[in-house]
Order: sequence, then structure tokens, then C-alpha cells
Amino acid sequence: MDLMTDTKIKISANHLNVFYGQKQALFDISLDINQNEVTALIGPSGCGKSTFIRCINRMNDVIDICRVEGEIKIDEKNIYEPGIDIVSLREKVGMVFQKPNPFPKSIYDNVCYGPKIHGIAESKDDLDAIVENSLKKAALWNEVKDRLQEPGTSLSGGQQQRLCIARAISVNPEVILMDEPCSALDPVATAKIEELIDELKQSFTIVIVTHSMSQAVRVSQKTGFFHLGKLIEVGTTEKIFKNPTNNMTQDYITGRFG
Amino acid sequence: MTKEQRLQKRYASEKRFKSYGIISICLALTFVALLVFKVLSEGSSAFVKTSIQLELNFDHKLLNTSKQPTKEEIEDIDFYDFTLQHILKVFPTSNRDEEKQLIKLFTSDFEFEVKKYFKANSDILNKVITLNITASSDLDQLHKGNYQRDIPENRRKISNFQLKIYDQLLEKKKINKVFNNYFFTNGDSRNPEIAGIGGSMLGSFFSILVCLIISFPIALLAAVYLEEFAPKNKFTDFIEININNLAAVPSIVFGLLGLGILLNVFELPRSTSLVGGITLALMTLPRIIIPCRASLKAVPPSIREAALAVGASKVQSVIHHVVPLAMPGTLSGTIIGLAQALGETAPLLLIGMVAFVVQVPGSPLDPSASLPVQVFLWSESAERGFVEKTSATIMVLLGFLIIMNSIAVYARQKFEKKWI
Repeated sequence: MDLMTDTKIKISANHLNVFYGQKQALFDISLDINQNEVTALIGPSGCGKSTFIRCINRMNDVIDICRVEGEIKIDEKNIYEPGIDIVSLREKVGMVFQKPNPFPKSIYDNVCYGPKIHGIAESKDDLDAIVENSLKKAALWNEVKDRLQEPGTSLSGGQQQRLCIARAISVNPEVILMDEPCSALDPVATAKIEELIDELKQSFTIVIVTHSMSQAVRVSQKTGFFHLGKLIEVGTTEKIFKNPTNNMTQDYITGRFG
Repeated sequence: MTKEQRLQKRYASEKRFKSYGIISICLALTFVALLVFKVLSEGSSAFVKTSIQLELNFDHKLLNTSKQPTKEEIEDIDFYDFTLQHILKVFPTSNRDEEKQLIKLFTSDFEFEVKKYFKANSDILNKVITLNITASSDLDQLHKGNYQRDIPENRRKISNFQLKIYDQLLEKKKINKVFNNYFFTNGDSRNPEIAGIGGSMLGSFFSILVCLIISFPIALLAAVYLEEFAPKNKFTDFIEININNLAAVPSIVFGLLGLGILLNVFELPRSTSLVGGITLALMTLPRIIIPCRASLKAVPPSIREAALAVGASKVQSVIHHVVPLAMPGTLSGTIIGLAQALGETAPLLLIGMVAFVVQVPGSPLDPSASLPVQVFLWSESAERGFVEKTSATIMVLLGFLIIMNSIAVYARQKFEKKWI
């Protein structure tokens, strides 16, 4: 625990309940996420990990029947308070999805879209700089610098996912949510993304949902284990994987169920 | 039953099923071929017309005008008399009746043809020029071989005297077939030789234009709202059911609506392509909304999420991403909807676009016919000259439909994004 003494809590969920219509998907989740750390959420399919991270940028608002109770605070401010502007929230909390979803536009346009709509760039040169910077941070610049005008969909799966990461960081967010970012990728591309995640935590707070235990071990500092909509156990990654207190966690990480 | 027998039975039934499919395709193709053959064989001759070569001496004395006629003087020239004298000189007649029959071999508009030529070429004064004068419809049909010669004279449209003249013309090679420009430039007429689809083509064009301007934006906005913004509740379900119902309402009902509302309540001008276009737009709206919604639905939700996740508002995600990506589908749906509207006849009959209009319309506010209505009008005429024109109009209409549908298919294949 001595590692965490100088860390600051970035996101904190308090007694969060989420319902899809009549069905309750999350039960009383309370979880703190530290700044400039990677927090991994693990658990079997349908356990609510994705629902949870989609609450952090209010992506669940898109779903008509979804209802959220409780609060999530980012920098001590509840994002479910009335009067919160979702657009500026999502500018602050970026997201990378399970399947790479670049816009069917050029690589350049993919990255510059966010800065454009938020008016971040003053001029074309600013925009060029942001695009270059974001692509560099996403470790994609060297591969695409000569073909920025080619469609983003022409890249390989791993490159597409890194393009999506570049798009997410182009608006300079504070938090990046990643919903199983490597589940559609081969091991080589996965390794690249994991390396990238490790770099990115210098500048961003990262929450990652993953099905791969080894990935959680490799990239994260803190791990939460979800089961059937409940947060069973949370702690440093080291503790969860070496010395879990809960039997269910023990069973899951050793592959006895899930 | 042994295993081999079962196997053979299965093979046989597969073969049988395949042959049923081939037979039905062949039947369908036969019907299409029959239609095309009938229309082509009957209509293709309408694209040429028969004309008679006539030598005209544009001597100012014969024209009964001054040496250098002014514009007013040219207007005063009696081209009917002038041309008639030339005709009579070439084909001598013995009595008044023969003279009448002779004149009837030429189009009733021959004086205007000569006048038009004279006004367009002012330098021909005092020169001798050979002009192609359009033949009358009866002579045209005779020359095209559609009239029998060996039946008694009283059952023929062409008299013995006229046949004699025709044979003379053939012998002197003064009769020939030329491209029928009147068919494409003129409006309707009682005389088949000068009747054309110029008016109805423009009428159709104006109607479709009005229809496009009204229906496309409304349909697109309705589809975008219903698909992207509207809450999913009983009311929107009700709207959806009704849109589907409206798309299936017989078109004549929309004609009644146009008649009752546009003409009687709003008192818009009758028989105009403006009213026709609005009526067609009402009919086309649901037929465009449905494909528009389908193409919006086909845009994967991941694109919307991607836009929302970088902080685009709902409207931005729709306008910047979803609608442009759905464009190929919406455009091809619109073109197909318009193609249906182009071939629509019933609603136009009710709002009076079935009138006999000689003038070619200059704007959507002028009375006009439309292509399918023109087919309807001419198909009721008994004269042989209109029969081929009916088929030729069908050919033109089918041509437009094929072009529009090809554009729709091309647009969809060329611009539609392939999702991974």
C-alpha cells in the first residue's frame, strides 16, 4: 500500500446502481480510481464491467431504458448532477471501444475531428500539430505519416485501434476508458497496445476492461473484480492476483469458473 | 429404401427444384421480351417521319413582297398561297377535289415550316431552294408500309389520286424518311405528324422537379428524426405503421387528395405540373422515408459511439457522420421513389393533367401533360399515326426509368461504405 500514498483519487463511484428497464445491472458499486494509474476491471461476461465504465463518460445515456442511481465523482464533482454538460464531460473522459471503430474518413480527419468540433485548434498548423502529436503518442505516427489522407479503415486492426486511441487523446482528455481494446486483435498488436497503455498512464488516468488475466497483470496497478453486477473485490493488482481475500476471486483468476 | 435409393431421390429432387427456378426465370424473361418486342416493333418507326422534297423559288414577286422586305412585310407574306402554287405546279390537278386531296398529302402546318425556314435564312430571297416538307400522317403511314393498297378505295384513307401522286414521288425519289424532330420538340396535336412529347416530357420534368424539391428534404428530416432522435414509444410506433400504410395507399387516392385540397381549397392552377408535382410528392414521401430510415439504420452504432465518445453532440454525430454515411442509400431510395412517381398516371388524371395541351410548358405553372398521361391519351386515339407514337412514348418513358434506376444502383454500389 505504500505505493499509493502519494496518489490522488481521480474518479470515485459511490453506491452506484444501474438498471436496464426492470433489470438491475450494477449493485451498489463503490470504487476509487487513482490518477495516472491503470485500473483494470475483470470478471466474467455480463458481469457489468462495461456498464460501469460506460457510466464514467455517461455513454449509457444513449440507451433509452438505462437508469443510473448513485454518483460518480470526477475531481470531486458528481457527473450525474443535473446541469452537467455531457459534451464537455466526454471531452474530458475519452473512450476506446472493443472493436476498432475509425470513421470511414482519412486518417487525418479521424484524429482532427475532436479538436475541430471543440474548437481546440486555432489554425490549420495547430491542427496539424495536434494530429501529429496524438498519432505520436498513440505510437502510430511512423507507420502512417506518409499516408495521412488514406482512409482510416484501410489500416490493419491493431493500427485501427491505435488510431482510435489517437482520436481519443486528440482532445487532450484526463481519463481514457478502454472497453476490451485488445479483444479483436492478434498477440503482436495486443503487445503494442499494452506497451502504449503503459506509456499513456504518464499523462492520463486509464480504466481498462479486459478478459485477459495476464493483460490485467501486465498493464494495471489496480484491479477490480466484478461478478453478477457486484464489485466483489478491489485492490492493487499484485494483491488481487497473488493474494485475493475472496474465494470467488481466487476461483476466477485461477480459471475455475468464468 | 436403401441408402443409394435415398441418395438418388435427394439428387433428383435437387435437380427438380433447380429446374423449377430456371423455368420461372425463363417465363419472366419471356414476358419482358414480349413487352420490349411489342413496344420496339410498334414504336421505333415513330422516330422517323416521311418528308416530301419540294422545290421552292423564293422570288420576291412570287412571295408578293418587296425586294428587301422588312420584318412586318415578312410577317404579311402569305406562305400558304406561295407554297400551294409551287405544289400545284409540280403536281397538276384537274379539279378542286383533287387539289384538296393533294394538299392533304402535306402536313397541315406546311406554311409554317416554309415560313420558319424563310425567317431563319434571310439570304434565300430570290433563290431556288429544295425543302423537305413534312408529309401528312396518312402519307407517312403509307410510306412506312402500315396501310394496305389493295383494298377498295372507300375503305382506304388514301385515295387513288393520292396513290398516283405517291407513286410519282417514289419514282422521282422526292420522298424520304428523316429524323422526326417534331416528336421530341412539339406539344400534343390533333394531327399525328406534328404531335410530339416535348410538352409532356417537360411537364414530367417539372413535376418530378417539384416532387424532388418537396419530398426529399421532408423525407430525409422525418427519417433522421424518427431514426435518431424520436423516443421509442407507442406514438412513434403509430407513426411508423402509418408511414408503411401510406406507402401502400393506391396512388389514385393521392390524386383525390390533390383535387380536393390543392385545387379546391387552395385553388392552385389546374392541369399544371406544380400541382402534379405536389400530389406526386405526397405519394412519394412515405416511399422515400422508408429507404432513408433503412439506410440510416444500416450505419453501425459504433460510428455514433465513436463520435459521441470524442465529445460530439447528438446533432453533430448525426450531421457529421450518420447522414453522410447513409447518403448513398438515401439518394438511391429517392431516385427509385422519383422513378415510381415519373411513371405514375392515376393521380395526374384527377388533377387535370390529362388535358389536351398544345403549348410546350415554360414553367411548372403552365398547363401540361406528362409522359405516362400522354401514353394514356394517345392510346385512346384511333388514328394509325398515334399508335406508333404511343409505343414510342413508352420507349422514351422506359428509357428514363432505366436511366434513373441505373443511376440509383450505381450510386449505391459506388459510394456505399463497406463495413468491416
